[in-house]
Amino acid sequence: MNGIEPWHQVNWDWRAAGNFIGGGSGTGLVILAAIASLPGSQGVLYWPLGLLGAVLVGIGLFCVWLEIGRPWRALHVFFHPQSSWMTREAFVSAILLPVTLIAAVTASPYLPLPGVAGGTMWLAAILAALYLFCQARILHASKGIPAWRHPALMPVIVVTGLAEGCGFLLLGTALFAGSASWTLALLIGLVLARWLSWRRYLAELTETGAPTKALAVLNGATPMINNVGHFAAAVVAVLALIWIDAGPWLGALAGLLAIAGGWWMKFVVIARAAFNQGFALPLTPVRGQGEAGPGDKPGWRN
Amino acid sequence: MTRYVMVADLRRCVGCQTCTAACKHANATPPGVQWRQVLDMETGTYPQVQRTFVPVGCMHCADPPCEDVCPSTATKIRPDGIVEIDYDLCIGCGYCAVACPYQARHIVHKRDLAYGKEAMANEDKRFDEGRMSVAMKCNFCQGRIDKAKETGQTPGIDPEVTPACVNSCLADALHFGDKEDPDSNVNKLLAENQTFRMHEDLGTDPGFYYIWDKNK
Repeated sequence: MNGIEPWHQVNWDWRAAGNFIGGGSGTGLVILAAIASLPGSQGVLYWPLGLLGAVLVGIGLFCVWLEIGRPWRALHVFFHPQSSWMTREAFVSAILLPVTLIAAVTASPYLPLPGVAGGTMWLAAILAALYLFCQARILHASKGIPAWRHPALMPVIVVTGLAEGCGFLLLGTALFAGSASWTLALLIGLVLARWLSWRRYLAELTETGAPTKALAVLNGATPMINNVGHFAAAVVAVLALIWIDAGPWLGALAGLLAIAGGWWMKFVVIARAAFNQGFALPLTPVRGQGEAGPGDKPGWRN
Repeated sequence: MTRYVMVADLRRCVGCQTCTAACKHANATPPGVQWRQVLDMETGTYPQVQRTFVPVGCMHCADPPCEDVCPSTATKIRPDGIVEIDYDLCIGCGYCAVACPYQARHIVHKRDLAYGKEAMANEDKRFDEGRMSVAMKCNFCQGRIDKAKETGQTPGIDPEVTPACVNSCLADALHFGDKEDPDSNVNKLLAENQTFRMHEDLGTDPGFYYIWDKNK
């Protein structure tokens, strides 16, 4: 039996984190691969990247399937679109995956249909953005976990998905297309945005109050997240812009660092800092002719 | 309209855990799972220290976050305010458990026995495969409440149609009834006493009231 102070929830573990990791990176990649396929960009190949994005989203969903207690009832997940962001995420995924696959196949040299590919890759990008938004809302709706329900976490989830997608795009660029200065500039911008949104999240969560243990976990993980996912990624991306010859591979390294930082950040938030609300008394009862005593919220800061 | 609520008089509760045991007996919950439990909370600093016993469980919120997030519609709020789970619909995703700010939901994935590897006769008899790997929680002993429609009895007054924890309370600290009925026992208690609800700031409109003093 658990006590009074918040304890770590036991229902969502690394498999749930896997959904946010795969889903965020995959959707970010689907969005950025569509942008990178615009005429005038560096002409990166859409089909392997779009395909990889769909695979990442699929891996995330598979992680969820592994997590649920009754996996053979998984289709029941579609029953509550009126208010459940998990249902909405499932609906979006049911369209996102086939559309992305169609876009990737028709953009490939194996079944080239440029007319179809052009439209479907943008439709996939819009669906991917919706999926990413659903993921952010899933956490926000988790009222029992103070570190998740805080609204400042939503931009973190969206921005890190895009930053990770950009990281994968840089990897793809290095493999298939050569240099990509705008992608490097975009990664620097996204990493900066993620650093700022993470800072804001931590500051606001501390100010509004959260379980002490959750804050300790988040603050303890921040140096690694910042050093690897933000500072190192940005510095290597700047070096890639300066050192043109090694640009693609330095860009790939910057992308990997951005991905690693984002994945670690989400793993920490989902699987390490998910302390529940705990219990609280606003005041203590009056006994006899006495007065009510002060209340208590054990295990909380603020 | 009916809204069943529970009222706990914190001035009376002695922390005997009889309600916990009664709930366990009535609902055959597995080891480690308690739909009703009583917290022992110590507050203040020496020499001004108070000890308060606080019964907790599902608060049967009027705006339950567990119902909002449930992707399968397994969690529903009934017209009488009881939040129930359809075990046949639940997929055991655990989303409701992380959405509940009262830690009231439990998912058990493997059968656990109270004493070692041998099941006791009652554990075998009352084991319910349908409750494995799905969310479960206090349901205000809804089977008893529903019986009131057939018998014409009043939940909260007649023991046969009253939750087991309330029936068992030896200090008369736990009360149950219809808050929308102006003549109900709980309405009278709420009118005569000062109450609060836990984590009220989260906006879930919980159906569990704590009496801390009489009206002045």
